[in-house]
Amino acid sequence: MSTLENNSLEPMADAPVLSPGKVMLSHAKSHRGLMLGGLVILTIMLVAIFAPLLAPHDPYAQVLSRKLVPPVWFDSSKATWDHILGTDHLGRDYLSRLIYGARISLLIGFSAMLISGVIGTVLGICAGYFGGRVDMVISFLITTRLSMPVVLVALAVISIVGSSLTVVIWVIGLLIWDRFAVVVRSATQQVRGLDFVASARALGSSTPRILFSEVMPNISNHVIVIATLEMAHAILLEAALSFLGLGVQPPTPSWGLMISDAKGLMFFDGWLIAVPGTALFLLVLAINLVGDGLRDVTAPEDRN
Amino acid sequence: MTNTTKPILSIRNLTVALPVKIERANAVQNLTFDVRPKEILCVVGESGSGKSITSLATMGLLASSLRVTGGEIEFDGRDVLTLDQAEHNALRGDRMAMIFQEPMTALNPAYTVGDQIAEVFRVHRDYDGDERRKRTLKLLEEVRLPDPERLYNSYPHQLSGGQRQRIMIAMALALDPKLLIADEPTTALDVTTQKQILHLLKQLNANHDAGIMFITHDFSVVAEIADRVVVMRHGQIVEQGTAQEVLSNPQHPYTRALIDAVPRRAQDRDHVVSEHPVVIDVQNLNKTFHTAGSMFKKSRTVSAVKNISFQVRRGETLGIVGESGSGKTTLVRCLMRLIDPDSGAINISGVDFASQTSAALRQHRKDIQIVFQDPYGSLNPRRTIGSQLIQGAINFGVSREEAWDRVYKLLEIVQMPKYSVHRYPSQFSGGQRQRLCIARALVVNPKVLIADEAVSALDVSIQREVLKLINDIRDRLGLTVIFITHDLRVAAQICDEVLVMKHGEVVERGGVGRIFTAPEHDYTKALIAAQPGQDWEIPMMAEFAPQAAARKVGTL
Repeated sequence: MSTLENNSLEPMADAPVLSPGKVMLSHAKSHRGLMLGGLVILTIMLVAIFAPLLAPHDPYAQVLSRKLVPPVWFDSSKATWDHILGTDHLGRDYLSRLIYGARISLLIGFSAMLISGVIGTVLGICAGYFGGRVDMVISFLITTRLSMPVVLVALAVISIVGSSLTVVIWVIGLLIWDRFAVVVRSATQQVRGLDFVASARALGSSTPRILFSEVMPNISNHVIVIATLEMAHAILLEAALSFLGLGVQPPTPSWGLMISDAKGLMFFDGWLIAVPGTALFLLVLAINLVGDGLRDVTAPEDRN
Repeated sequence: MTNTTKPILSIRNLTVALPVKIERANAVQNLTFDVRPKEILCVVGESGSGKSITSLATMGLLASSLRVTGGEIEFDGRDVLTLDQAEHNALRGDRMAMIFQEPMTALNPAYTVGDQIAEVFRVHRDYDGDERRKRTLKLLEEVRLPDPERLYNSYPHQLSGGQRQRIMIAMALALDPKLLIADEPTTALDVTTQKQILHLLKQLNANHDAGIMFITHDFSVVAEIADRVVVMRHGQIVEQGTAQEVLSNPQHPYTRALIDAVPRRAQDRDHVVSEHPVVIDVQNLNKTFHTAGSMFKKSRTVSAVKNISFQVRRGETLGIVGESGSGKTTLVRCLMRLIDPDSGAINISGVDFASQTSAALRQHRKDIQIVFQDPYGSLNPRRTIGSQLIQGAINFGVSREEAWDRVYKLLEIVQMPKYSVHRYPSQFSGGQRQRLCIARALVVNPKVLIADEAVSALDVSIQREVLKLINDIRDRLGLTVIFITHDLRVAAQICDEVLVMKHGEVVERGGVGRIFTAPEHDYTKALIAAQPGQDWEIPMMAEFAPQAAARKVGTL
């Protein structure tokens, strides 16, 4: 009769504790795109943090006598190792501006993502968990938000309020919460119906308690994935606003601003656009790789 | 019944390797059995025994991660393992066909069922449209579906589970296959529907030449239809023989254990009305669901619970039995105020649960706890067992130390090791999770425990252990238990009294013994008559194996 008993209780005292987090980490380690993207982002972050140590020149210092020096790989008598990526139309060192520009991009990306993430997640959880009227109101808010063209609204608001880094962050953050809300809402609706939520209610857990310890951990995967995508979105939006002259104001080095400054010289010195453009492209690509990777890693079919 | 004709399917030494990292090397090892024409062969085993893999290997539908490493599957004189994809396709649906467990997902929701059956003819035969339609209608008639003309143009979602399974059978029989593989075809169905489907399969088997390989976990179903039986465990055959031999004189200890775990019919025992105080008093409870109408559909009103009243005394177990859609789950959710009833009173140890505001109710919630059906959905996958177990006690103001004390004590009661608290739900099997759910419910010292189909998703042997555990706990802690089930046999094992529900109403109430021996309501009679394996005199295992009787109480 011992034959049946083996089924129900196998010895596992020494089996490793497999938390969902650990399982995910081991998946993540074997995901190439995720690792590559993560490496690029990490590098750019380190560069941004240690910008004062890494930048060869002052990014604001104008040397008009040495303007429009091409990067070193150009076959030109003006090219010099002193300015590896050359100088812009005011003679500022392009590499230094690029390095300091990374700070602006990441700052705006992170902050706007945090603001929108908090707004979107809170709205989404409320709509998904409470349903009914709450859901109707929040869904209406989401639809309203989705029907507004982001760039036009941002331009309008910034041109009224005036432009500064803080304003840009808040405007972007307040405009891109919709995807968080939509995804979190539907994820919450799924989790809400599961039996462990009903159990928690039966065990007398308060609603905030249920939202934080039962619902939140089970939707955090979705939030993380959306967060990466929205960060990329915010960075591109900042570049677009700066390009249109309503984002970060000169002389602050911003990649979008660098592209904007260079547009007049596009046909003569193409690298002026190519260099910040490449940096922007690499950063956004890396963030999207990480986002895709996280989605693969946290996909339900991978979970045990 | 011996059948000496040449086998239609003959599996020899089949071995299918599992991908690495799983506890055993082979999903199926050294499997050898035959299926003969006009014979129903039942392959029996618990989950993970490799029975489905065997059927998939025969159909050539194995997942790509599984490899056949040895043996042969000879079908109709040819080894199907050596066939290429195109030859397999020609064989499938034509000469061998399969019926799946879940008839909803096995049918394509975008096509009418008639077209889906006709598709089989279109793929394998050169019939023109009229001929296809004619043959399809004939099939629908053969599987006893009412009004074939109308059903031909129905979509799967318009049919009931039993009707869908009939469509699947019609589709499988379309080309008069020589081998029919049925993988748990009645497991997802209600008993009364299951009875009809089993009856249909038996009849069809008599009229056609096909051999049927019937996969199931339920020995009662085996007793109902099998000619021969193969018992599998951990990918190996432990016993095979005629149904007569295996059912009445099982040889292998595992087969004996499985048969022993089959719920017995209730003995005619008297229901003694206890003197204990009434813990649950439900009066005229009503709950109606409205679905709002829209442009495309009419609004509907469904009475899920109609005017239900009952009392349960302390220490009793009340069974609530009904088929799907009978309102039993709605009833318990109302009892717990997980949903709000429309009218009526629910008095649980002196507190009216129906009239309290939800804020006032919170402090009383600990009196009534629930264990759900699905062991996979009822534990939060992202929190450790410990933090989930302790939560309830903390919510009611118990100090952390005392709460941990309780948790460890309860783990002992539900026979789970202490280190479980550090683990996550994914590391436990279904039966273990159900034990943990019971512990979680008990941590707040409830007066009432509701088990909502708590054992339906478990294998019979584990089911039996969990039932025993619930019984033990009830006696030990003086709990009152409400046990919801669709299975009368299970109810008979654990309940003192049974409520039989149909369409939201209680049709009959009485002691278990009385309900089984002298049911009054027609529906109860039909439910009891539908239990499979009625004619099977389940052998008492104690007569065979002395070790079974000496089994230690509480060992798991």
